[in-house]
Order: sequence, then structure tokens, then C-alpha cells
Amino acid sequence: MPRELALALRSPTALAMRHRLPRAIVVALVALAVFAVVLLVDGKDPLRAYRDTLVYIFGNTYGFSELLVRMTPLLLTSIAVALPSRLGLINVGGEGQLYMGAWLATAGALDFPDLPSWLLLPLMTAFGFAGGALWAFLPGLMRAAKLVNETISTLLLNYIAPLIVSFFIFGPWRSPESSSYPQSPAFVEAARLPALGSTRIHLGLLFGLVCLTLYGFALNRTRWGLEMRAIGGNAEASLRLGIPVSAYIVVTMAIAGGIAGIAGMAEVSAIQGRLVAELSPGYGFVGFLVAWLAGGTAIGILAMAFLFAVVSSVGDILQITQGVPYAVINLLMAVVLFIVLGQRGPAGTSR
Amino acid sequence: MTSPAPLLEATGVIKRFGPLLANDVAAFAVNAGEVVALLGENGAGKSTLCKILYGYYRPDAGQFAVAGRPTTILSPRAARRLGIGMVFQNFSLIPALSVWENVALFLDDLPWVIRPGKLGRRIKRLAERLRLSVDLRLPVGRLAVGDRQKVEILKQLLAGARVLILDEPTKVLAPQEADGLFRTFATLREEGYGLIFITHKLREVMACADRVAVMRQGRIVGTVSRQEANEANLLRLMFGDSSPLQSRPSRAPETAPGEMVLELEQIATAADVGTVVLRDLSFGIRGGEIVGVAGVSGNGQRELAEIILGLRRPKSGVKRLWGENATGWSVARIRARGVASVPEDPLSLAMIPALTVRENLVLGSGRRYRRGLGLDWRRLVTDMDKSAARLRFPPLSYGARAAVLSGGNQQRIVLTRELAQNPKLIVALYPTRGLDTRSAEALRTLLGEARAAGSAVLLVSEDLDELFAVSDRLIVLRDGRIAGTFLPESFHTDAVGLSMVGAANAA
Repeated sequence: MPRELALALRSPTALAMRHRLPRAIVVALVALAVFAVVLLVDGKDPLRAYRDTLVYIFGNTYGFSELLVRMTPLLLTSIAVALPSRLGLINVGGEGQLYMGAWLATAGALDFPDLPSWLLLPLMTAFGFAGGALWAFLPGLMRAAKLVNETISTLLLNYIAPLIVSFFIFGPWRSPESSSYPQSPAFVEAARLPALGSTRIHLGLLFGLVCLTLYGFALNRTRWGLEMRAIGGNAEASLRLGIPVSAYIVVTMAIAGGIAGIAGMAEVSAIQGRLVAELSPGYGFVGFLVAWLAGGTAIGILAMAFLFAVVSSVGDILQITQGVPYAVINLLMAVVLFIVLGQRGPAGTSR
Repeated sequence: MTSPAPLLEATGVIKRFGPLLANDVAAFAVNAGEVVALLGENGAGKSTLCKILYGYYRPDAGQFAVAGRPTTILSPRAARRLGIGMVFQNFSLIPALSVWENVALFLDDLPWVIRPGKLGRRIKRLAERLRLSVDLRLPVGRLAVGDRQKVEILKQLLAGARVLILDEPTKVLAPQEADGLFRTFATLREEGYGLIFITHKLREVMACADRVAVMRQGRIVGTVSRQEANEANLLRLMFGDSSPLQSRPSRAPETAPGEMVLELEQIATAADVGTVVLRDLSFGIRGGEIVGVAGVSGNGQRELAEIILGLRRPKSGVKRLWGENATGWSVARIRARGVASVPEDPLSLAMIPALTVRENLVLGSGRRYRRGLGLDWRRLVTDMDKSAARLRFPPLSYGARAAVLSGGNQQRIVLTRELAQNPKLIVALYPTRGLDTRSAEALRTLLGEARAAGSAVLLVSEDLDELFAVSDRLIVLRDGRIAGTFLPESFHTDAVGLSMVGAANAA
């Protein structure tokens, strides 16, 4: 084996992945096994259901493209969790940050409908980032001031953000075209993120991949990454070495929230084309699971986001083809969550 | 006295860690009513031997006998059942639980329903007999280190230990506290316990050991009874023929003092949980001067260092650095101006265990090694190699994670980093703790050199010999105040010691 390859395989990232990848596969298999029992109880043939599902997902381009569509917000929301976890912070507010990003991006789309696309889309992205950033900046600030633990504050803010969205789509932004269903007016064409061909894969996937690359680079190759890992490893010593710990907490939280906000912006701009109440089927929460399982490595996030996209697609397709109720799909996610939490904590907080 | 069989006896103990022969001990024993000191440099194999006797390490070869009966010691649990107890350097107590709860946790015969009163009386009886009194109801987290050690000893004895092994018990103690520990040793000896303790301080050996086993390179190179022991023969055993000369840094000649580096004016701090309140603290350090700070630990040393380093803001008073008002300066700014710090507990206060040695060395250097978005590792390594060589440390293993290094090597990493940039003010708390005699000497020499080069040094230590040897001036802290100031001509253990415990006239 060439020496470089041997070294690469022994690098901390590779080692972590060699431990985590089998673990993730076990998680997926156990989850599917438990879920098979649920299907059996419901009188369905689980093996057949799974086979049909896999054929549906991987058997044609549409099924596979939907997988990438689903993966896009997961990439962004899991970075929003993984980044603060390097500092030892637990951000469970990805969902709220996503909603705030969607909300502010919508404000951009509705207020500047006459701008050309090349100007409007960056503006909406910036707005989306700002909305999510605000929702994580506040917890970061309170944490840095030692007032409120960020886990609690981000969790609670999750309940407020959808209410703000609801307020606007029931009130000021209510679309005149449908009085029965609360939603904002449709975005102008210039406010829609371009999609790939006839699929729903959109530019948000590129955002996700760019953010992920930047995440990996910043953590491992820059001095900021080193200082972040130092704070996560020993905050007291970092303080004594003159690292501005409080500033790192506030800024990192804001950036993380901003990244989740971009996920919200991409959802309204590319998928929905307007602001709606049921914007996210829990992307923020699933992103937490993804980051937790991935152990904070960029490659791990990519793999786990894909895995979870598969799991949630399976759920959706089963709902359609097998007629299992939506609550059962929640059960599938809960089983995964249970198994994940039953294992060790995220690498960011373990030693 | 002709005792029957020794309480604990080990023969032919061999232990290897990979290629390293850590222990090759032909014979070692402790008798009832005997205190045995294990003396030797860092890495001589003292800790390894003790951990083997406690079942913490499994030896590659060796026979053991407890009270004459051959046995095996396969785990600490087995050791405890054989009546062997050990107090580690890092205590194994749970800070949030009270003293009696910590002791109770350790007992094998703990009933299902605990009766605190009964257990408390049992602990208390033993504690009073052995002069190990502590408040049983206090949470361990609020005890001073010396008291925690008492709890550890109580815990072991109550669990039935007849042989007690202590790994560097005095490392964390002030001289007065150490004397207290030695009195406890004497009581235990009279009661027929067998004691083994590790040290690398000759004075402690002379103070309380009945027998001294000197270790070098994993072997016991000599066993000397107290009557035969003297500094010269112990040093020769420890270091072979090349015993280090006691090279004390020469005191600075009485020349014009340098510029004022650090000036504290009536510094006072607000009351805070778990800290000592500083009161009316005023003193200054000039360039080319070493100011020693003596005091029983926990009398404001840590708080004083934190004020100087910018980690804590005073409630009132002014701090000046090089004549500028620096009361509100950030840690980063203070470090960038050339203030270095060696804290009392390097692993938890000065390094990040999960990071590599290289990464630990670059942290806290401000802008110095910035290059683009990243860092100039090559220049860092050059500088750090130079710094380590100057301290006479062996070459550093840059790629290793800091967590896997021994305590002495972690201290070396911190010293290498902090002294690399020719700091103009060095704030050092117990810097020679954990270093062997030779490295400690090298460090003291270096502090002397830093002074000669015009740096100011604040040295907090509990070793009065060390303070007397290097300080140009000595201040004694007691209850957060300066209880006395001494100049070299008045450096006497009695006077300074009295000032530390509070019976002398405050200066």
C-alpha cells in the first residue's frame, strides 16, 4: 500500500468514518427491521414493500432525483448543527432557523418583484441567511452572556418561527387567489431558483455542497477551525490562551443558523414557489440526527444526509403505495432517532 | 523488631510497555508498621510498580505474597480484598457528593438502606483516631486539596486497606499540609499499617520514611534504611555517578532595577463562589526581577494570577503593565504584549487534550504564525524545537495527541510554548510540579536567565527551598492579602512559614 494511502486511511477522519459507516448501516437495518414489524401488523408484506420502494427510488431517474431534492435541505440543516457542535454547543433549532430563513427570503421576493433574477436570488439568499442567523444569534448571545443554555433557547425558538410564518400568511401576505388555504402569493419567475432539466433538483443542492466543502475546509485547514476545535476541546484553557470564546460562540451560532436559513430560502424559492405553513416535514430535526450520526465530518454529513433522504423517501413512498398512514412514517423516524440516541453522543461533545 | 512475614511482598516483577522495560524489580516488600518511600526521577518506574501492586497494571512476570501467603493481584478490586489500597495522583472522588457519601460509595459492605448517622460515626471515629478530620457533610468539590486527600485515605482505610500506597501525595500539598500528612503517616505506622509513598523530594524521605527504595530505569537500585540515608548517597543512587550539581541561578547583582513591568494598586475582587477574595493587594515587579509568592495553596494565588492575566476583573484597583492602565485589557492583548503564563494544572488549564502537540503549541500565539487562512507550521516547529532545546527537554513528538502524554511531558509542552517567544513577564504557578529534579533545575536556571535578560518573573510555588533559591523578593499571601514581604537576607523557613499560617506580624 502506498504510504500516502496508508496515512490517509489512518487519518482521524478516515478512522472516524470506518467506525461510523458500519454503525449507520446497522442503524438503517435495525430501523427497517422494526418497521417491518409495523408493516406486518398492518397486514402488509414488508419484503415486497421494501423491494417495490427501492425499485421506485433507484430504478428511475425521477425517483433518484427526488432523493437529491430531499437531501438538499438536510445537508444545510445538518451543517447548522455540526458547526456549533465543534464548539461543544448543541443547536436543536435548525427547524426554526429554516422557517425564519424562508420567511425573510419571502419578504425579499414579495417586496422586490421587479428585480432581475441575478440580483433577486442573491438578495433572497442573503435574506434567508439573515433570517436564520437572527434565530441562532439570539441563543448564541444568551449563551455567551451565560444567561440561557443554547439547547433550551434554540429548542423553544422552534415553536415561535412557524407562528411568525403563519401570522404573515394568514395576515399581510395572504394570497387573494385562494381564500381557503393560507399561503403567500406565488413568487415571480425571477424569484425561483433554477432547477436541473425537468427534475426538481435545484441550485440549493449546490449551496449545500459548497457549504459542506467550506465547513470541512474551515475546520481542518484554517486557524479559525483550530481555535473552534480548541474551544470544543477545553473552553477554560482556550479562554486562558486568549481565544475570544464568547465571540466564537455568537458568530458560529449565527453562521450556523444562517446556513439553516438558506435551506428555508431554497425550499420556498425552488420547491414551493411561495411561503406556506407546512414548509418543512421536520428537516431541521432530521438534520440534527444527520449531524449527530455523522460525527461532524464533512464526508460523514454527506453520507448520512443521503441515508436519511432514503429513509424518508421510503416512508413517503410506502404511504402512497402501501397506504400506510402518515403517523407510521413518523414512527419510522422515531425508531431511527431512538437507536441513534441509544448509542454514544455526537463526536463534537465526546472526547 | 523481628516481624513475621511482610504485609506485602513482590519478587521478580517485570513489566514492559512495548519496547520499553518499565519495571524489572527483583524484590520489594513492605512490613507492618513501616513507611517505605519510593524515590526516583520521572519515568524511573515508581508509579508503574505501585499500579502493579494495586492490580491496575498486570505484570508480565512476578510473584506476590500478602502476609506470607502467595497470591495474585489481578484487579484493583482484588487488591482491595487483599487489603491493599491506593491513593492516585488524580483523586477519584465525586465532587458533587458529600464526604461521607464518597466514602460510602467505596465500601463493599454497604447495606441496602444507608444510615448516614451510623456510617458517619464510623467514619468520624476513624478520622479522629488518625487525625484526618474533615467535615463529613461538605461536598467534596468544596474541600481544599489537602482535605480531599484525607478523604481518599479515609476511604481506603475504611474499606479495609492494611497496605496503603500513595502516588506523590505531597505534590498537591503546601509544606504545612505535607507535615500534617507525615503526622498521619506516623499514626498509621503505630497502628501497624504498611505505607508506600512515591516522591522525588529528598527532604520528605528524610522526614518520614523508615526505609527508602531508590528506583532508576525500572529497577530498584538500592534500599537504604533511614539511619543510613543521607542526601549524598540517595542522590548517587538516583542519578548514578552523574548526580546533578545543585546549580542555583546566581542572584542578580545589585544594579539599577529595570523599568516597572507590572504594577498592582489596591486590587480587590468581588466575592464569588469557590474563590478567594483579594483585598487591598499592591505590589510591583520590575524587569530583571523574580518575585516569589509563597502561601498555603488556596489563599489567593490563583486569583492573583487570573487578575494579572486578564482572566478576572478586579472590583476596584488598578493594574498597570509597562506603565499603561491595563485593568480592562483582554487576555489576547496581554499575551500579545509578552506575558506568558504557566498555570497550576496544565492539562485542564493550558492545553486541549484532544488536539495534537503541534496544535497545542500554536494556540495562544496570536498573529505570530498566521499565514493566509492557515498557519505556518514549519516556522512554528523551528521555534519550538529551539525553545525545547533551551529548556533541555528531549525532542517533542509533534503529532501525538496531548492527552496521551504523561503529566511531566504535558508540563514540558506548556513550558516550551510559553517560554518560546522571550516573554517579558512570566507568571508561573507551581511550574516545577511534576518535573523531575533535573528538569526542575533546568527550569529554574532558565528563569534566572530570563531575569538576566531583563524579564520580570512572578513565581508562585509551595516549595520554599525553590522560592528562596531564585527569588529576589518574596511576598506571602494569606486570605487574599499580602501577609508579609521578605528580602533575601531574611529568607528563613521559620519566619516565612509563620507568615504563611498567620502568626507573624504583617509587614
